[in-house]
Amino acid sequence: MAIQYEIVIGLEVHSELKTASKIFCCSSTEFGGDPNTHICPVCLGLPGVLPVTNKKVVEFGIKAGLALNCTIAEFSKFDRKNYYYPDLPKNYQISQYDLPIAEHGYLDITVDGQQKRIGITRVHMEEDAGKLVHEGETMATSRYSLVDYNRTGVPLVEIVSEPEISSPEEARLYLEKMKAILQYTDVSDCKMEEGSLRCDANISVRPVGQKEFGTRTELKNMNSFRALQKALEYEAERQIEVLEDGGRVIQETRTWDEARGITLSMRSKEEAHDYRYFPDPDLVPMVISQQWIEEIRQTLPELPDARKERYVTDYALPVYDAEVITGSKELSDYFDEGLKHTANAKALSNWVMGELLKYINTSGLSVAGVDFPIPPANLAELVELIDRGDISGKIAKDVFADMQEKGERPSVIIEARGLKQISDEGAIAAVVNEVIAKNPQSVEDFRNGKDKAIGFLVGQVMKATKGQANPGVVNQLLRDKMK
Amino acid sequence: MLTKEQVEHVALLGRLELSDAEKETYATQLSDILEYFEALNKIDTENIPPTAHVLPIKNVFREDKVSEHLDNEMALANAPAKEGNSFKVPRII
Repeated sequence: MAIQYEIVIGLEVHSELKTASKIFCCSSTEFGGDPNTHICPVCLGLPGVLPVTNKKVVEFGIKAGLALNCTIAEFSKFDRKNYYYPDLPKNYQISQYDLPIAEHGYLDITVDGQQKRIGITRVHMEEDAGKLVHEGETMATSRYSLVDYNRTGVPLVEIVSEPEISSPEEARLYLEKMKAILQYTDVSDCKMEEGSLRCDANISVRPVGQKEFGTRTELKNMNSFRALQKALEYEAERQIEVLEDGGRVIQETRTWDEARGITLSMRSKEEAHDYRYFPDPDLVPMVISQQWIEEIRQTLPELPDARKERYVTDYALPVYDAEVITGSKELSDYFDEGLKHTANAKALSNWVMGELLKYINTSGLSVAGVDFPIPPANLAELVELIDRGDISGKIAKDVFADMQEKGERPSVIIEARGLKQISDEGAIAAVVNEVIAKNPQSVEDFRNGKDKAIGFLVGQVMKATKGQANPGVVNQLLRDKMK
Repeated sequence: MLTKEQVEHVALLGRLELSDAEKETYATQLSDILEYFEALNKIDTENIPPTAHVLPIKNVFREDKVSEHLDNEMALANAPAKEGNSFKVPRII
């Protein structure tokens, strides 16, 4: 019998914090900018400078920790992590070693309709490193590299999960939930494309029932949720194959090659990490009072899980809808605003998850942007117009297209284009009579019990009224007249 | 006494290239230094919390404000090699 394997995954998430200035100096954290223009003697690590901790970074660290159900440290400090790599001008990174800002938390994900809790080992604060651009095709063949220190010293939180993630899909769900939580708490933009949310993964496999973990590999360079899942799927399969062939997995760091869909060994020199952490003597320890923690706790917004719960209980939305909408803070804020203008939450949800998401994805616009042409009140008005019978769902899609173009209210568009639905029986009756007269065969079929035939007749009336007749009324009138 | 391998490991961490003679010298000297520090092990530290900072200070913070950056030309002034706006470093691996 073939051996069954189980997968064990732990994730390390790095998220850039949304401060204006860097973690230990007054340089800007702004993304982009010409290379080496957002730097100062402190983040360049020039001799004689003194780093001073940005208070907001500590606040954000505490806030992220609270949002992730962690215990906040009463006493915390920064340490130096020593290693030679040119993305660090000092040859050490200021990070946190044994006394991180927050520990022992968790977040919940929903897998196949079931809630699963993933433990969070720790949240610590550190400085980001610079960016390297390698000359030539690959790092191994390049003759030199160019270094941009703009990103050096941008504040990060590193969030380490327990090895409690059991599938590549769970890993993706964990990262999606992490992103949502960090965005709701407003501590990070979490733009994976700009690198403000990054994720490394540790993965191992073991025969079901085995207690000890298998040998793990560390995966890097997954730049999207999809890439994370794909890379883990590939790597789990690769490790199982190695074991099945009687080999053993080598503990190493592997990089995800998006184009080829495989992971590759990054092994350069066999050199064990020896970071020689020690407390940074330039920075003073932090004593965090209960009062400070409580003040920050007061600023925590409604988090995605609470919002999801509210949508399900207060608005009777299906869990699926609630999850899709609360998965993005922007979208959820948009939905909440729309709810102020319509009581039909389910219809609004359908529009948000359908046409609106489609439009966002194709246009690349943000619903939170000032130039977004469809304010939530307008979409809610569209829902109301359909509910009132002013327009049919079909016409509404037409109106929605105009709302994108013109940024106008749907009622204005309907008025201007004369799209208002005809619900008046007298007006519709004339067309109905005409259609019945022109299609004796269908009428005959219907009378002989072919109920489907009515669909064709309704279609003919809709066509004759350019889709403006109320389909419900049309249906009823046809049935009455053909009795 | 430190082994030659230990000296080589420490040298690698510090990116120092040592001759065989130097390795021998440093093995002795580093061992002497470590031995001297052994004296600290005689102190009873049972109820002493680890030192996080030599001075009794805490919570020194700055406000989240951006101020002036270093001019790019000035930032690169001491760079052994540069290209465009960037520092240039030798091949990494």
